[in-house]
Amino acid sequence: MLKSKTFLKKTRAGGVMKIVREHYLRDDIGCGAPGCMACGGAHEGPVLESQPQDPASSLCPWPHYLMPDTNVLLHQIDVLEDPAIRNVIVLQTVLQEVRNRSAPVYKRIRDVTNNQEKHFYTFTNEHHRETYVEQKQGENANDRNDRAIRVAAKWYNEHLKKMSAENQLQVIFITNDRKNKEKAVEEGIPAFTCEEYVKSLTANPELIDRLACLSEEGNEIESGKIIFSEHLPLSKLQQGIKSGTYLQGTFRASRENYLEATVWIHGDTEENKEILLQGLKHLNRAIHEDIVAVELLSKSQWVAPSSVVLHDEGQNEDVEKEEERERMLKAAVNEKMLKPTGRVVGIIKRNWRPYCGMLSKSDIKESRRHLFTPADRRIPRIRIETRQASTLEGRRIIVAIDGWPRNSRYPNGHFVKNLGEVGEKETETEVLLLEHDVPHQPFSQAVLSFLPKMPWSITEKDMKNREDLRHLCVCSVDPPGCTDIDDALHCRELENGNLEVGVHIADVSHFIRPGNALDQESARRGTTVYLCEKRIDMVPELLSSNLCSLRCNVDRLAFSCIWEMNHSAEILKTRFTKSVINSRASLTYAEAQMKIDSATMNDAITTSLRRLNKLAKILKKGRIEKGALTLSSPEVRFHMDSETHDPIDLQTKELRETNSMVEEFMLLANISVAKKIHEEFSEHALLRKHPAPPPSNYEILVKAAKSKNLEIKTDTAKSLAESLDRAESPTFPYLNTLLRILATRCMMQAVYFCSGMDNDFHHYGLASPIYTHFTSPIRRYADIIVHRLLAVAIGADCTYPDLTDKHKLADICKNLNFRHKMAQYAQRASVAFHTQLFFKSKGIVSEEAYILFVRKNAIVVLIPKYGLEGTVFFEEKDRPKPRLIYDDEVPSLKIEDTVFHIFDKVKVKIMLDSSNLQHQKIRMSLIEPQIPGIGIPTDISNTDLDEPERKPLR
Amino acid sequence: MAGLELLSDQGYRVDGRRAGELRKIQARMGVFAQADGSAYIEQGNTKALAVVYGPHEIRGSRARALPDRALVNCQYSSATFSTGERKRRPHGDRKSCEMGLQLRQTFEAAILTQLHPRSQIDIYVQVLQADGGTYAACVNAATLAVLDAGIPMRDFVCACSAGFVDGTALADLSHVEEAAGGPQLALALLPASGQIALLEMDSRLHEDHLDQVLEAAAQAARDVHTLLDRVVRQHVREATISLGD
Repeated sequence: MLKSKTFLKKTRAGGVMKIVREHYLRDDIGCGAPGCMACGGAHEGPVLESQPQDPASSLCPWPHYLMPDTNVLLHQIDVLEDPAIRNVIVLQTVLQEVRNRSAPVYKRIRDVTNNQEKHFYTFTNEHHRETYVEQKQGENANDRNDRAIRVAAKWYNEHLKKMSAENQLQVIFITNDRKNKEKAVEEGIPAFTCEEYVKSLTANPELIDRLACLSEEGNEIESGKIIFSEHLPLSKLQQGIKSGTYLQGTFRASRENYLEATVWIHGDTEENKEILLQGLKHLNRAIHEDIVAVELLSKSQWVAPSSVVLHDEGQNEDVEKEEERERMLKAAVNEKMLKPTGRVVGIIKRNWRPYCGMLSKSDIKESRRHLFTPADRRIPRIRIETRQASTLEGRRIIVAIDGWPRNSRYPNGHFVKNLGEVGEKETETEVLLLEHDVPHQPFSQAVLSFLPKMPWSITEKDMKNREDLRHLCVCSVDPPGCTDIDDALHCRELENGNLEVGVHIADVSHFIRPGNALDQESARRGTTVYLCEKRIDMVPELLSSNLCSLRCNVDRLAFSCIWEMNHSAEILKTRFTKSVINSRASLTYAEAQMKIDSATMNDAITTSLRRLNKLAKILKKGRIEKGALTLSSPEVRFHMDSETHDPIDLQTKELRETNSMVEEFMLLANISVAKKIHEEFSEHALLRKHPAPPPSNYEILVKAAKSKNLEIKTDTAKSLAESLDRAESPTFPYLNTLLRILATRCMMQAVYFCSGMDNDFHHYGLASPIYTHFTSPIRRYADIIVHRLLAVAIGADCTYPDLTDKHKLADICKNLNFRHKMAQYAQRASVAFHTQLFFKSKGIVSEEAYILFVRKNAIVVLIPKYGLEGTVFFEEKDRPKPRLIYDDEVPSLKIEDTVFHIFDKVKVKIMLDSSNLQHQKIRMSLIEPQIPGIGIPTDISNTDLDEPERKPLR
Repeated sequence: MAGLELLSDQGYRVDGRRAGELRKIQARMGVFAQADGSAYIEQGNTKALAVVYGPHEIRGSRARALPDRALVNCQYSSATFSTGERKRRPHGDRKSCEMGLQLRQTFEAAILTQLHPRSQIDIYVQVLQADGGTYAACVNAATLAVLDAGIPMRDFVCACSAGFVDGTALADLSHVEEAAGGPQLALALLPASGQIALLEMDSRLHEDHLDQVLEAAAQAARDVHTLLDRVVRQHVREATISLGD
């Protein structure tokens, strides 16, 4: 069966070394076609279809399989992923080359291969006796691989002919390399370029747009003028970076000015940390987020960052006009303002991703080339070729960049996906998910394959290391409409008079085993993202809403944390165990509150809730005494129309006693678990910390309070909490909330970390020396890791190498922190969008507002009714500038004769500004107090100031 | 650059083998006339030569003699030209000493030493080319050499290595696979009884996977046994034919 063949590998760099490797060539590798007699005994089952019907191609009407070469796979993956393309043979040679050249494409092709409906088959040609080719003398690796692909294509055609003479199955070789295609045709292999083939698919004309346009080398010479200087090859760049002539950094384009960018130099150099780039030629085709190499210009050429706002508009392709504009930038330079200036000499790594945006249709009606304007202003416009411009107009689309030739003003790209109408809810949701990098595709087949098979029931094996707690009267309390219930509680009196309190958390780690595709996908997503009308799950729905959700009256697996407490809520004993529970009731906060308050109800659930509530109050008091903060942020809920899902009303969230009851026990469980896992794994426990903010953060809060004659102490969390409690004004009841909102803005972000990598564990906000997340494994990946750690600590589960590797854990923490931040931003963006929808339907509204911040040329106001924050600008285009005097000491702004202090009450007009279709926003203008010449604008002009409507929390 | 993919999605290893397949084994017995027993084995590109002297009287200090059984003396060395880079290996370095000790343990478990009290059996093994699984090749070569010398054994001792990649156990690791740094297990088995003469593991492997890797190594060792058995029978047949002449 085995043919042994020994060959010599060429020498490695450095010392000359001869490597001898064996290579076993096989006869038993199947061709993947069903009904093939020769390969009948092959190990893999048939993958391809026996009679591939579609896609109907005019070039080759007979049934055929496709065989793409490496470059087609790398560049046209968008086409191959389309459901219309099926029955593709991917050669091992091709797959290996892809793997070496692009990890993302490799992952995508693997996902496609795993999708059984696509009928992609990987043929291991390098190990096949008849398709293996040896590198010839003087032949380079690329040519050898091309030849290997052709040999495999030829073998396939002959092989399929042998299989059955009548049904003329053929393999069509797809390559974009002209020479390779010629050679293939010479050898009698039917070969087409990707373009030819896709164009011949008459049934699927939309595929043509998804083709990546790759300018062939030949084309470039024809179309004359070269705008940009050449990028240096990587080897030269590395040499230059080593010797210090070039600097390596991340390219960050400017939002305001498309002709300007900065490069953040990597490493810890003190000087020249930030290098300014100005002018199209110096930017030299770098795109936001690329890693580039820059060369510093001589000092005489240094420039100052311009304060001009410049947007790339119009269709002009000639470069002269650009130069004119560039000259405009350089005017009026102050010597002191000069910054280190440089130019891009080469690209080290492109960080292109598909971009969201809109099509700006070409003025020429018949033109197929159009410019695409990305939503992100830092990305240049992209030229794409499409025949469906008129259908794509006014729609949000995704475009991928293919390249940026030297003679082109704009990068070339291709159309990937049509998201939908601008302003549509689904479209905008998709856009904000994409722009915040939230993974939201449906779970792949590989991931779903690790789900338990339905119908699922608890087996004997599951009961190993698990306690049966089904007899306990457990219930869950959640917001209304919650389907992913991850916590439940119980409380009962013990014989010795003490209370037993149990927190039961869904045992997600029982279903998600370390290392498999499901685990990797959840780790990548990191968190479930809750948008106003949609939830993007971290784990597939079967788990999140069914098997893991602790619904009532079904047996569910749980991880329980059980305390024995006395009646003054002192913990006497703590115990952790995996368990099976059967929840008696899933209540909402309101229902639970009703039960507690009701005088007549006295069933088991109610008594249990009452006891819990009593304990929670004691716990909360103890926590606040220790210095835990109660902060405030205006949270809004939309009332949705049940059919159109349009927001009808806004409402600030209501808080009941039961909310704080559940919260209190979750905190207690988290703290108990944090202690336990840190005790067991001092080096690699996953914990959460909240650093104390630096004193300077509080300045604004202290100043603001001072202006109202109140004192806020910020030396410790406790004194802050106490002084916030004292800061009341009888005439101004909302002041306290405003102060708390301000205090929230002073806080640092809480983060996950690995205990072995840090020594400050303190959680400032909760005033706890140690904290972690244990109670929501359905929606947070951190909790899954904590569950695994705890399970190992109590001997209920086995460990695995990555769990006890602190560097791997630190990487996980990094990703989780990033995902949590992005999820938060996405949530806010979703709220902002729904606010817009709301005001669109409402028209122009006038509301009372409070000034939250005073800026140099604007005031930030909060409208308590909607929990909405907005900026009122006093400077506008095309109007005389008003006289503005800003006082930093007492935050106040004097405009003409009116003075605005922080916390002043004003009246504003709210409306939707849709003059810029791509960036709609809420605009606010002042009504009261009236200032002559300011306020109610007569026309809605676009101010183009990119101040976000809702400031992200610090 | 992506690292080397040791096991492809289609289940093929770097050199084209499947997970449980051995490399090609070729062996010959009785390669030297002077020695009491000798054998040469090739497992893929790993090539080893084993020579056996004895049982004979104790050489050197008489005090080393064991009253109830024979002393098994094993020496391992590897040729300067055995690896890609030519390297001078001093005699008696740590690695060779360790390998010698392991071989000794293995063969003390297999040879019926109590039949030859106060005597000595010398086993010399040299690796001519190393391409992974040197211990296994040494054991297999030495087994053949001991058989060639006619020293009574409980059973063949067959050895094979195994590794663990992406949830799959790989049998008979080559140098490339060893160099990747995963867990690596060496097993010497008495195939008839299934007893383990020696088991050694480098690097960390989770307990749960141990059975799987162990089973892969044991199966590979049994496969080696089938092949070695064939070699021995062939050798004996040739020997009887030449005696008959």
